Amino acid sequence: MDFELPANVEEFRQELRAFLKEEWPPDKRERIASGDGYDDERAFRRKLAQRGWLAMSWPKEYGGQGRSILEQYIFSEEMAYHGAPAGTVGVGQVGPTLMRYGSEEQKARFLPQIAAGELDFALGYTEPEAGTDLASLKTRAVEDGDDFVINGSKIYTSAAHRAEYVWLATRTDPEAPKHRGISLFIVDLKSPGITVRPLWAMADGRTNQTFYDNVRVPRENLIGELNRGWYYVAHALDFERITVFTVATLRAGFDALVATIKEAAYDGRPLRAEPEVRDTIAQLSTELEVAQMLSYRVAWMISREQHPNYEASMLKVFATEFMQRLYHQGTRLLGLYGQLTPGSAWAPAGGRFERSHRASVMPTFGAGSSEIQRNIIATRGLGLPRS
Amino acid sequence: MACHAVSAPSSRRCLRAPWDIPEHRKGLSMELGLTETQELLRNSARNFFENECPLGRVREIQASQEGFSRREWEQAAALGWPGLLVAETYQGSGGNLMDAVILLEEVGRALAPLPLASTAVVGALALQEFGTEAQRATLLPRIAVGESIIALAVTEPSASYHADGIRTRARLVGDRYILDGTKLFVRDGTIADLLLVATRTEDSENPEHGITLFLVDAHARGVGVTPLITSARDRQAEIQFSEVAVPHDAVVGTVGGGWPVIRKLIDLAALSECAEMVGAGQRVFETTLDYAKTRVQFGRPIGSFQSLQHKVADMAIDIDSSRFITYYAAWKADTSADARADIARTKVWVSDAFRRITREAHQVHGGVGFIVDHDLHLFFGREKTAELYMGTPSYHRMAVAEAILGPAG
Repeated sequence: MDFELPANVEEFRQELRAFLKEEWPPDKRERIASGDGYDDERAFRRKLAQRGWLAMSWPKEYGGQGRSILEQYIFSEEMAYHGAPAGTVGVGQVGPTLMRYGSEEQKARFLPQIAAGELDFALGYTEPEAGTDLASLKTRAVEDGDDFVINGSKIYTSAAHRAEYVWLATRTDPEAPKHRGISLFIVDLKSPGITVRPLWAMADGRTNQTFYDNVRVPRENLIGELNRGWYYVAHALDFERITVFTVATLRAGFDALVATIKEAAYDGRPLRAEPEVRDTIAQLSTELEVAQMLSYRVAWMISREQHPNYEASMLKVFATEFMQRLYHQGTRLLGLYGQLTPGSAWAPAGGRFERSHRASVMPTFGAGSSEIQRNIIATRGLGLPRS
Repeated sequence: MACHAVSAPSSRRCLRAPWDIPEHRKGLSMELGLTETQELLRNSARNFFENECPLGRVREIQASQEGFSRREWEQAAALGWPGLLVAETYQGSGGNLMDAVILLEEVGRALAPLPLASTAVVGALALQEFGTEAQRATLLPRIAVGESIIALAVTEPSASYHADGIRTRARLVGDRYILDGTKLFVRDGTIADLLLVATRTEDSENPEHGITLFLVDAHARGVGVTPLITSARDRQAEIQFSEVAVPHDAVVGTVGGGWPVIRKLIDLAALSECAEMVGAGQRVFETTLDYAKTRVQFGRPIGSFQSLQHKVADMAIDIDSSRFITYYAAWKADTSADARADIARTKVWVSDAFRRITREAHQVHGGVGFIVDHDLHLFFGREKTAELYMGTPSYHRMAVAEAILGPAG
């Protein structure tokens, strides 16, 4: 057993840090966290692309560098730790799915541009009536000559107001069993008939509801075979696991909390000397380490070409529930100051813990709720019978 | 085990995959699997305990006068386990803490009433790392063959693992030390041949100064051993020292400078306890999973109910995370000078996780687990002792806080 990283991977980490220091200073980080700064984000991704890092784990023929999973993991960790917007739907899900199921024409048209940071995708899966039960989605695509005509609506289409395309799951065979009548399309968001309506989220960011009213999509934008879309979606989610969920964001939050507590003194009494503060920080540090272990395991399995499914669910459940404990405690330990929102001159660390506390609500249900993850662990992982 | 020698961290490289693997998806050289030697160790330990010391036998031994059986100890010695960490120069196998953790997982899984953590880890490493050459040469070969059982005697009626809890006195009289005081909660104290005794040789402003560690013959004049029956039946003792004369060369480490050594031994014992908890917890988890699959109510296995599935899923997270964080702490202790905070985090996490696992196991089993014919209560009893032994989670959180936030004062 060896938890040590090889020296050349550590060198890569240092290279990334130097780059981030230059290209992603704290003020940009702050603008992203508050929901602004999309132009910065795009510019940053192009810079990553220039170095070949944006899609670094892709094979060279598609604009990647064929880097190892370990390097990808380190990359994701460093980007996440510094709040840098490096992971995209295009690189994580669209690209790998196209490589496997897309036509040669689609590969040539999209992959180099994704790897260059020139294209962003919104994810069009969830619908108002199809959340956790995603396969019951109803947005309809009907063949009409060389086109498909799309009608319906999607919700939480987060990047739709600024991305070029939406990666859209539609119902193409309403008669078939629900998993066997779904098809995937790449849809140009400038197409006539698309309306994007903002939904403002409680953590300062924005998501959207998108409406499709007789939107015409050329057949060449159909991904793979008709009615096989569900299996591609499942596969794409597996690919996404390859850009492993790192716990670096949580580590960054914890480190910032520790730094804030070390500085804080109320009425001359240093906060770090309070027994309850010390006890709580130690517990959070322990749980952070646990999340790290579960994350290492998933990365290690992927590196051995094993397929983590319930192991990834364990990580997701634990890390997202820990995130809520981290920011609940983070705001609580700061006392009355913990409630101050970003913008207040009195807010510790610019109010980041108050905002993170709000943001921590979502991850336990986004991308597969904790309940679904526990079902997966129990049934797929441990072989308990389905309920 | 050559690849894992305690004193040669550079040899870790032999576990690594070469970096320039061509396929782009390979190359993570972090290796979280066991070596072949460790697999062998695990398998032979599991076979041994399943065949020679199943839970029925454990119950017999626990119920016996001594709570211990020489027969199984001699068998374990024949397998080389007491000498697992003893260097080859002293007739041991030269293994490291990771190896010890693998073995102790199986000890925990079996609830084996053997003083392996006390002797093979704490005792052996106390002498190997801090003993004089004479102590090593005399005692390590005896430890390796199972002739000397060692117990660590730190805690007292103060029930504290802090330096200021140590009140047993040692006075220099002529060329000997005279020990007086009471040690409590000494695991394996009822069966030990040698005791590692933390004493105060000097009063000092700083309670961590003036502490001296002695190696004391458990059968020496003035040593009185009274068994303490705990929920884990782990052979704990109250040990009275009444004017016990100890030669001056029985000091382990330096006179007055024993606290850092004792701290290290507490950490090693805590890490060992975590490994045993992982093994015991894994077994409780497996037993519970089996029960959930086979127990039928309302015409279906109870494991098909989501409320129960989610409990079992949480148990799985607890046991898997406990195993990896224990491995991580062992790896850290094997490869770096300071693993104190890592071991502390491990004891915090594993104690609580093991408690949740045994609780939920009882909840899933219901009435049948409450009856002593069922084995579950043996693990429940083990859990309480494991949580308290070598520092509660609160105690270890203090160490973690100190590493992160600096001293409290």
